[in-house]
Amino acid sequence: MTTDPMLLEVRDLTVTFPTPRGPLDAVKSLDLDLEPGGALGIVGESGSGKSMTSLAIMGLQPRAARRTGSVRLRGRELVGMSEADLRRVRGDRVAMVFQDPLSSLNPYYTVGLQIEEAYRAHRPGVTRRAARKIAIAALERVHIRDAAVRVNHYPHQFSGGMRQRVMIAMALSTEPELLIADEPTTALDVTVQAQILDLLQEIRRETGTGLVLITHDLAVVSEITDHIVVMKDGVCVERGAVEQIFTDPRHPYTQALLDAVPRIDDEIGELRAVVPDAATTSPATENTATENGGPA
Amino acid sequence: MSEPLLRATNLVKEFPVMGTGGLLRRPATFRAVDDVSFEIRAGETLALVGESGSGKSTTARLAARLLDVTSGTVELDGEDVTALKRSALNRFRSEVQVVFQDPFSSLNPRHTVERIVTAPLLYQQRPVPGGARAFTRSLMERVGLDPDHSQKYPAQFSGGQAQRIGIARALAVSPRVVVCDEAVSALDVSVQAQVINLLRELQREEGLTYLFIAHDLAVVRQIATRVAVMTQGQVVEEGARDAVFDAPRHEYTRKLLDAVPRIRPEWERQRRANAGRSAGATS
Repeated sequence: MTTDPMLLEVRDLTVTFPTPRGPLDAVKSLDLDLEPGGALGIVGESGSGKSMTSLAIMGLQPRAARRTGSVRLRGRELVGMSEADLRRVRGDRVAMVFQDPLSSLNPYYTVGLQIEEAYRAHRPGVTRRAARKIAIAALERVHIRDAAVRVNHYPHQFSGGMRQRVMIAMALSTEPELLIADEPTTALDVTVQAQILDLLQEIRRETGTGLVLITHDLAVVSEITDHIVVMKDGVCVERGAVEQIFTDPRHPYTQALLDAVPRIDDEIGELRAVVPDAATTSPATENTATENGGPA
Repeated sequence: MSEPLLRATNLVKEFPVMGTGGLLRRPATFRAVDDVSFEIRAGETLALVGESGSGKSTTARLAARLLDVTSGTVELDGEDVTALKRSALNRFRSEVQVVFQDPFSSLNPRHTVERIVTAPLLYQQRPVPGGARAFTRSLMERVGLDPDHSQKYPAQFSGGQAQRIGIARALAVSPRVVVCDEAVSALDVSVQAQVINLLRELQREEGLTYLFIAHDLAVVRQIATRVAVMTQGQVVEEGARDAVFDAPRHEYTRKLLDAVPRIRPEWERQRRANAGRSAGATS
C-alpha cells in the first residue's frame, strides 16, 4: 500500500469576481483529487469555469478575482504561498500547456533559447551549454526530428502541431510531477490532434507525470483520462471514473451533454439539445452567453 | 436522376505569393484549389471536409461567387454563373447565400436584427415582403428566435442565437442554396446540436440545398447526403455519406477518420441501455 499523499488535492476551491451586480463565483466549492501518475479530465462548455479552475490551481487567476479554499500539491498548500515560492513550483513541479502555442511563444527568440531560459529559471547554476543539451533532448522527447537543428529555429518556422510539441517539450524539461493542459489540441487539425494525444499518453506512461486535461471535447477525455469532473456554471455537477461517467451518467446535465455529442459512427435521429428551449427564451441564457450588454 | 442544382467543374484558384513578383516578373502563384469538380442535387447536402489548408473554404467561396475563379465554371440550374456581373450577380445571390463560422464577426454589431436580416433585400433593391417588422418577425420564428427581440443587437444574443440570426439573414432572400462555411464549428456542443437540428429541419421543410464546409467529421455525419474529402486543393474521394464513412477508399480519408477521437461504442451502447432502463423504471 502506498502512503504517498495525493499528487493534487483541491478542496472547496472558489474563485470570485466582483461585478456591478455583486460577487460572481466563476468556480464554486470545487474538490479535485489526482493520484500520482493519474489523469483527470475536467469537461464543460464555455463559461463552465473549467479554464478558471486550471488557472486558480496555479494561483494564476486574474488580479480582480479572489481565490479561497485549498490546493495541495503532494500535501503542500499552495493557497497563501508567497509569490516567490509559487514561482518555484510553477513551471518546475507543475507545468502548463495552453490552447494556442503561438501566443505562448515569443516570436523574437529561437525555441531553443526559450526552453533553455525556462529551464535555467528553475535550475540556477546550469550553464548555457548544459541547458542547450537539455533543450535538444526535450525536443527529441516530443519526437521533433533533427532536434539539434530545429532548436535554432523560430516559432514561425514550426507548424501548429509542432509548436504545441515545443510547448510540451518546454513544460516537460524540468520533469514536473503534474502537467495541466488546457484545451491543448483544440486549435489543431484532427490528424495532428491525434498525434499530440498519443504523445501525452506516452509521456504519462513513461514518466509517470500526472495530467489534468481541461477540454470541451468529451471524446478526447474519454480516450485519455481515467477520472472525469463535469463542470457547469462553476460547479462540479458530476464526477467519477471515466467508464462510469460514459456508461451510467447520473446528472441530467451530463446525460444531456452526452446526448448532444454528434457521433461519427452513426447518424442520430434528432440531436438532443441540452437546453431545449434556450433558443426561444430571452437572450443570454445559453451557455455561451456573452457578458457584453450592448446598447439596448 | 434529376439534374444537379449546383455544379462546379474543374475549379482552379491561384493566389499570387507575396514578395515574389517584380517589375517585369510575374509573381509565383499558390494553387489553393486544384481542379475541383462537384455536383449537388436539389434538397441534398454536400459536405466538403478537410483539414486547414485543404482548400475547402476557398472552394466554397468560388461556388458562392465570393471569389473569382482562375479557371473552371460554376453552374446554377444549368446556367453558367462564373462570369456574372452586377444585376445578374445580384440575381445569383438571391439563389445562393452563405452562413459563416463566427456570427459575431459576420454580423454588424451596430445594427439591429431587423436591419441585419433585411439588408440582403435592400442591397438587391427588392421590396421587403409585408414590411420590415413583420418580415423580420416571421424570419426569426422560422429559425427559432423570439420575434420580440428584433430590435436587439448581436452582442445581446448568445453564440447559438447569433448564428440563428446569420441563418435568418441567409434565408431572407429565399435562396435555393445555402453555403455553410464552418457554420457550427465555433459553437458549444449543446448549442451546436440545436443549430444542426435547425439546418436539418429547414432542409426537410423547405427543400434547401446545402454546401456544408466542415472539419468536424462527426458533425458531417449528422448532416451530409454526400461527402467530398479535400486535401492540398484536390478532392481525393467523393461519395454517398455512409459509403465514405463506412468504407473509405482513399488512404487520406482513412487516415482522417482514424484520427477522430471517439467515445467507445461499447460504452455508448451500455449508456443507452442504462438510460432506457431508468426511463422504464420511472414511467
